[in-house]
Amino acid sequence: MHLSLQHISVRYGNADGTHLEAVRDVSLEVDGGQAVALIGPSGCGKSTLLRIACGLLKPTEGTVSIDGELLAGPRSATALILQDFGLLPWKTVYKNAELGLRIRGMSKAECRERTMHALEQVGLADMANRYPKELSGGMQQRLALARALALDVDLLLMDEPLSALDALLRESLQETLLELWRENRHAQILVTHSIEEAVYLGQRIVVFSPRPAHVAAVIENPHMGEPGFRTSQAYFECCTDVREALNRAVAEAADGEIALAAGGEVAAADEARGVRAADVAVTHSGEGRRA
Amino acid sequence: MKNSRMILKRIGCYLFAIAFVLAGWHITAVLLQTPALPTPAETIPVFAQYAVSMWPDFLISLERVTLALVIAAVLGVPCGLALGRSPRLDALFGPVLYIMYPLPKIVLLPILLVLLGLGGAPKIALIALTIFFQIVVVMRDAAKSLPEQTIESVRSLGGSRWDVWRHVIIPAATPDLFTTLRVSSGIAIAILFFAEAIVGSTGLGHFIMESWSMVNYPRMFAGIIAFALLGVILYAIFDIVERRLTRWKR
Repeated sequence: MHLSLQHISVRYGNADGTHLEAVRDVSLEVDGGQAVALIGPSGCGKSTLLRIACGLLKPTEGTVSIDGELLAGPRSATALILQDFGLLPWKTVYKNAELGLRIRGMSKAECRERTMHALEQVGLADMANRYPKELSGGMQQRLALARALALDVDLLLMDEPLSALDALLRESLQETLLELWRENRHAQILVTHSIEEAVYLGQRIVVFSPRPAHVAAVIENPHMGEPGFRTSQAYFECCTDVREALNRAVAEAADGEIALAAGGEVAAADEARGVRAADVAVTHSGEGRRA
Repeated sequence: MKNSRMILKRIGCYLFAIAFVLAGWHITAVLLQTPALPTPAETIPVFAQYAVSMWPDFLISLERVTLALVIAAVLGVPCGLALGRSPRLDALFGPVLYIMYPLPKIVLLPILLVLLGLGGAPKIALIALTIFFQIVVVMRDAAKSLPEQTIESVRSLGGSRWDVWRHVIIPAATPDLFTTLRVSSGIAIAILFFAEAIVGSTGLGHFIMESWSMVNYPRMFAGIIAFALLGVILYAIFDIVERRLTRWKR
């Protein structure tokens, strides 16, 4: 498996005829078995990029290919885990975990073994007949993971999968994610806004600028996954690197806006770009440009 | 163990409800002192006496209302879900729905009588027409309110359009369908009475109006009780099905 995103740009048309630029000229290569973390400010367009890699969304410009072939739609060996887990409340835990296999046309009997194995891997085998509503947040997240694992995927895409969980649970699930990645040897792309999570789970960390998302920095993290990594010097150094890169990206974006504002071009567009009024206030002369 | 206790509890509730209704009826009858409203003590033996002769009419009425609800559901569910999922269809037919839904379909009875004759067909059509619009409106809203993320998750698993319908849209809308049917069963029964009372010589509605014109009030009340039973049966069936289908909600 080799995923290649080439010069991806995404623009959404608004109802009032203006455009909202979500992603600007992003290129990204992911090899089989690689773990990549995407990090950037909230709402910067990382999730959009993930949906493009999944084949759910077509970019406005640029190409997505897997193993040299252009991606036309969702493919069977890619799984996407969404922030709200995407579980179906009317199906039991077992039926949820089995769903991907059933969609691929596998018979009930064939599904059984793989589904149960996936549920065992995430420690939910004895909850098979419960409904998602009866599970805790962490369990729901593990179920979403089991559903993806049952598929035997070579590319696992995750959109802030742990952001709804408390800190301790979060760390234990990061552990689970790491173990499953080692065991199953799939490539994975994790979108997160937690620096620690990106460093703990990414061999390579791609730092994005505020909207429109473009790659601000790429940080290699060669010691990821080593025993005791979370308390090691390398881990802290990498966290610092990522933090600095993020701060730089945000500051540069703000500078850009200020420069624009000074040119008198910004008007109402600054809000659409995700820049707070406070960030540009330095150049406001208070003459009511916003009116 | 837990289940049987719950069933006993429900039976208890029903017994209380029956006692409550009978007591209210008895008090009203005693207060009004009119031959048009006999007491339950007078009516119940008469009900037993007429039960056999009412049975064919009861079955006819039950068949009409059931058939009408089935037709309304079979046509209304796909229409409503399609409107809810397709903005284009909705833009085209949504306004039609807005005009047709509040129109009291019951005023169409004369037209249906001309088109379909005096038998069961116009009565079934009238009920089906009314309930059809109820179902379309509810199904449309149910399909519209589905979270996009749920659909996206099935699509990301490689699900086709049909998979989305099968695993998301239809199961999500099913409880709403049975809630509508339960609520609509009262309306359906009311329309049935109206249609049967106005034309034809069969069904419980006719039985009641015939007794009324014969000034046989106990017989009339036997018919009214049978009609109430018809309503209770339908309501209970939809209630049970709905509970079964919404286990995941509780």
